[in-house]
Amino acid sequence: MKVVMLFEINLLALSAATLRMATPIAFAGLGGLMSERVGVMNIALEGMMMMGTLCSAYVSYVTGNPWIALIATALVGAILGGFHAVLCIRYRGSQIVSGFGINIFTFGFTPFVSSIVWGSRGTSERVAGLPFLPTLGMRETLIIDEILGSQSPLLILLVITVVLLHVVLYKTSLGLRIRAIGANPKAALSSGLNIKKYQYICIIISGIFASLGGAFLVLSVAYHYSTGMTAGRGFIGLVAMILGKWKPVNVLGASILLGFGDALQISLQGSEIPVQLIQTIPYLLTIFVLIGVVGKIVPPTGYKPHAED
Amino acid sequence: MRSIRQSVQVNRLSKLLFAGVPPSLAVITALIVTAFILYLIGKNPWEIYHVMLFASFSDIYSLGTTLTQATPIIFTGLGFVIAFRAGLFNVGLEGQLYLGAFAAAYVGFALPFLPPILHLIVAIFTGALVGGLWAFLAIIPKVKTGAHEVITGLMLTYVAILLTSYLVNYPFKASGWAPYSPFIAENAQLPRILPPTQLSFGWVLAIIFASLTYVLLNHTTLGYEITIVGLNKEAAMSAGISINRTVLLAFTLSGCMSGMGGAVEVLGVHRRFIDLFSPGYGWDGIAVGLLGGLSPLGAIFAAILLGALRAGGSSVQRITGLTLDIVTIIQGIIILFLAAPMLYKHIMRKLSESSYVV
Repeated sequence: MKVVMLFEINLLALSAATLRMATPIAFAGLGGLMSERVGVMNIALEGMMMMGTLCSAYVSYVTGNPWIALIATALVGAILGGFHAVLCIRYRGSQIVSGFGINIFTFGFTPFVSSIVWGSRGTSERVAGLPFLPTLGMRETLIIDEILGSQSPLLILLVITVVLLHVVLYKTSLGLRIRAIGANPKAALSSGLNIKKYQYICIIISGIFASLGGAFLVLSVAYHYSTGMTAGRGFIGLVAMILGKWKPVNVLGASILLGFGDALQISLQGSEIPVQLIQTIPYLLTIFVLIGVVGKIVPPTGYKPHAED
Repeated sequence: MRSIRQSVQVNRLSKLLFAGVPPSLAVITALIVTAFILYLIGKNPWEIYHVMLFASFSDIYSLGTTLTQATPIIFTGLGFVIAFRAGLFNVGLEGQLYLGAFAAAYVGFALPFLPPILHLIVAIFTGALVGGLWAFLAIIPKVKTGAHEVITGLMLTYVAILLTSYLVNYPFKASGWAPYSPFIAENAQLPRILPPTQLSFGWVLAIIFASLTYVLLNHTTLGYEITIVGLNKEAAMSAGISINRTVLLAFTLSGCMSGMGGAVEVLGVHRRFIDLFSPGYGWDGIAVGLLGGLSPLGAIFAAILLGALRAGGSSVQRITGLTLDIVTIIQGIIILFLAAPMLYKHIMRKLSESSYVV
């Protein structure tokens, strides 16, 4: 009886952790989706996320208000997204090279700022975080409380975003235009659409989403900045996007699957298995998922590294 | 006749000079932007650059340090170039470097009975082989299912760093507090060529392999096939070139280079595997490949520049307390600048327009 109880509690904790760790991956995945829907690959999600962790930690540290930190982070994400868009669209740069430029810049910039602000290139001081979601507190909702009570308000924002994106993409003429740009830029252009305007807006939104994923890690999980804390979640978000077939609701589902790898990794820490091996779980899961599904999936666009007008 | 030949030579020279324009502009831009960042945090950029330059080129010792830093970066840069020629992005260089380094160290300390020169050769080639194998794992999904090599390469990099960290923290940890492997046998050590600096024979190997890569890419059938596949897949197919085979070969070779870079670093500099030893030599390879104009010989110059930044950055860290991250920042800006050829064409046009006005 006792064993069963323990197992149940672990299962509950694992589900809660899965939902928690799926959130940043889903934000990154939606960021990738926004960008690729208009034909631009965004490999810079990881860098944008890292800037999100730094910015949210810094602003929360200075102001003590996590909500202001959230808004500032979204702004920084928008700027980075805009930068990527300018390089890829205005100057027709290589999307992968531009993305990696942003990533490598942030690999250097985030510990650099951390060392100046907090005197350590590794981690920051503790900063104010977001509150947990309120619980219902009823007997019948004990399980729901257990899972939701440890979640961030950003989860609500994520769900709203997913629903909104789904509605906009599939039920409005705006969504039709965006999908047309992704599916066939030339046809969209010849129909008189101002492609570049939509591309800029969507890639800026992509940057906002990715940076919010970073803010989540700081304001709702760790309550401090630490260098490398995104640990490839931006890249894993890209796999969530592929697995979710570039559809918002499916991307959320895929993120939960990939978030499970992360949650499992966290819950196994402290066991007898060496920590380095445990930490490989999310990456191996991602690779296997990618290999398992990818051949059957067609991206929304035949995007080229050098976008042509 | 003579004048034609002369003009052809002048043409070649100007072409060569023009090839150097975008990289120089990229470096200058990166230095200016970084200077601005330094100025913003209240440091004197001029002073810092002065320390950097002094610590990287002023005497034999600093030159040796610069070339020591450049050695693994030449290898990873070559890796990036080979893959890029085939139209592939090898961004898993860092992981391939780590595994190559560990494999070489393992051969170095686990097989002490091997005779002098043979031991060294076996160690280097095992490093290259394992690096190539790791690259192969990243590219085979692309050939089989179409998964993008950037994602598999990155995921495998995380796995490689964690895996080598496990190996050196548990099964192959030398006695003592720090996560080091045992020292490699003397027979497997690359000789130092400029004591007291750590510059080893690995530098010579880097130059040799850069030359070999140049010959491979420009003067062999395989190099020709790699280039065609990178430029135009349809043309390659109609020429009867097997795209899958070429892609697999180019990417694996690319990983071999990176793995050899790791091997040379371990056998020449550290003489044992140290957990998390690389400050990002694999990422440097991306910058070096692009900065060198995607040519193996250009990669040598670009690697020396990045090596100088690293050597100089260490001095800046000692003197001013600014971390080495500043080098990574400069590198990121260089890559961003080189990402968009249109950007510097735009700048050049503006510059030439303004000179017409004058």
